[in-house]
Amino acid sequence: MQDAIEVQDLTKKFGTTIAVDHISFSVHEGEIFGFLGPNGAGKTTTTRMLTGVIPPDAGFALVLGHDIRHSPVLAKQGFGVVPETSNAYADLTAWQNLMLMGDLYGLPRVRAAQRASDLLATLGLLERKDQKVQAYSKGMKQRLILAMALLHEPGLLFLDEPTGGLDVQSTQMILSMLRDLNRAGTTILLTTHNIEEANRLCHRVGIIRNGKMVAIDAPERLKAAIDRVHRIEVSFDREVPGDALAGLTGVISVNRTGDKWQITAEDPDAAIRSLVMCGMQNGVAIVTLNTLAPSLDEAFLRLTQGEDS
Amino acid sequence: MNPAGYSEQMRRAWAITRKDIRIYYLKGPVLIFGVFMPVFLFLAFLMGSRQLPLAFLISGLVGMTLFFTATAVSPAIFPWEGQAKTLERLASCPITIEAVVLGDMMASTIFGVAITLVTVAIGLGLGLPLLYGIILFPAILLAACCFSAIGMLLAVPPTNVPSNIMMLSSLLKFPLVFISGIFVPLEQMPPWGLALAFCSLTSRVLGT
Repeated sequence: MQDAIEVQDLTKKFGTTIAVDHISFSVHEGEIFGFLGPNGAGKTTTTRMLTGVIPPDAGFALVLGHDIRHSPVLAKQGFGVVPETSNAYADLTAWQNLMLMGDLYGLPRVRAAQRASDLLATLGLLERKDQKVQAYSKGMKQRLILAMALLHEPGLLFLDEPTGGLDVQSTQMILSMLRDLNRAGTTILLTTHNIEEANRLCHRVGIIRNGKMVAIDAPERLKAAIDRVHRIEVSFDREVPGDALAGLTGVISVNRTGDKWQITAEDPDAAIRSLVMCGMQNGVAIVTLNTLAPSLDEAFLRLTQGEDS
Repeated sequence: MNPAGYSEQMRRAWAITRKDIRIYYLKGPVLIFGVFMPVFLFLAFLMGSRQLPLAFLISGLVGMTLFFTATAVSPAIFPWEGQAKTLERLASCPITIEAVVLGDMMASTIFGVAITLVTVAIGLGLGLPLLYGIILFPAILLAACCFSAIGMLLAVPPTNVPSNIMMLSSLLKFPLVFISGIFVPLEQMPPWGLALAFCSLTSRVLGT
C-alpha cells in the first residue's frame, strides 16, 4: 500500500515553544486517518505544515509524492482542505467562490461549472448559489467549503474539525459524504476532537500529545492495547454457578451484577469460546453477551494524560 | 498542464485580480483613501491657491489621484484576508506567493489607472492640451505599478486589523504628497525639500 502522506521528524517551533516535536507517521492511500489530541497538542500546526500554510523548521513531509517544502504547488494541486472555521469569501456568492477555486486549481470553466452545480446540488446549496456567503448559516458555510475543497476532485482531503458546532443534519450530510468519498478512493486526514466520530470513520488514528505522537493504530487495537484486562458481560436463561464460570479458560475473575455476570479476561476471544462451550455443556442458553472493552475516549484520555502507550 | 509553470501561475494571478476587484474596490477604506481623500485634498488646495495655473493644479490632481488610488487597494487586501482567514485558504491553494502578490498588485494598478484616467479626462474637459500623450499613458501605468508595489510593502507588518495598515500607509503617504511638488512647485522648495523630493516617486510622476 502506497503512502499518500509520509512525515519524517516534522518539527515546528514558535519562539521557545516546540509546537510539533519530531513527529513521524504516514497515511496510506485510500484510508481515513484520524488525528486526535487535546487542545494545543499540535494537531492544527501539523495540518498547516502538511498543507503548506506554514513551513516546518525541521523534517520533511511528502504529500502525494511531492515534498511540501520544495514542490508546494504540485503537492497542493492534488489535495483539498476543509479548515475548522469557514474561510470562503463572505463578499462573494457561493458560485463565485467555487469559480474562484476552479480558476486557482486550473480547471476549465465548463468543467468547474459542472462540478460546482453537482456539488452544490449534493450538499443542498444549489438554490442559494447566487446568495452572498455572509448570509449563510454556519452549517451552510461548512458545506460550501467542503464543496470548494472537492471541486478539483482531489485524491487527498484534509479536514480540521469539519463537523464542529454543526447541527445534526449538516453533520450527517458531511459524514455521509466523507464515507462515499473514501469508498471512491479518496484518502482523508481528519483532525478532530470528536472521538466517537473518529472511532466510527477512521481506519487508523494517531494521537498527539505535547507535539509528540504517542500512538498510531486502528481504533479497536488502540482500545485493546491500553488495557490488558477485558470485561465481558454475560447472562444466561438459567442459573449457572459462579465457580463453573471462574474455572473457565481465559477467565480471571467473575462478579455477579443483577441477573448478569461480569467476567474479566486477559484473552477475550478464549474466554468467550469457553463461555459458549460451558453453556452448551450445562444445557443453558446465553441471553446476552457484551464485550466491555475500553472506549476510544478512555484510550485517548489514558494516552494524553501521560500514561504509557 | 504544469500547475507550477509561469503561464498557469499567471492565469491564477489573474483570478486573484478579478477576486480583488469584486471584493475590495467598494470597501469603505479603499474608497475613502483612494477616491475621497485626493478629491478633497485637491479641492482644499484649489480654494486656497487661486493664483496657481490650472495646468499645474490638474497635473497635481492627476499625480495625487494616481498615488492615492494605486496605494489604496493593495495595503488593504492582506490584513483583510488575514482577518477573514481567506489568506490561509489561498496559502493552501496551488498558487505561489509571488502570483498572489502579482494578482493583488494588478488589482491595485487597474484601480489606480482607471480613476486617474478620469482626472485626465477632467483636465482635457477643462480645455488643457495633452502635450505628451504617448509618454503620459505608459508613465501612468508604470507609476501605478510602482505605487501598488509600495502599497504591498505597507501591508507587510503582520496584522489582521486593516485599520492599522491604513493608518501606517497614511503616515507614509501624506508626507510623500507634501514633498513631491503637488502642492508646492519644486522650483519654490528649499534645498532640503528638493533633496527629499528627489527621493519620492511621486515627484517623477509629476515631472512626466
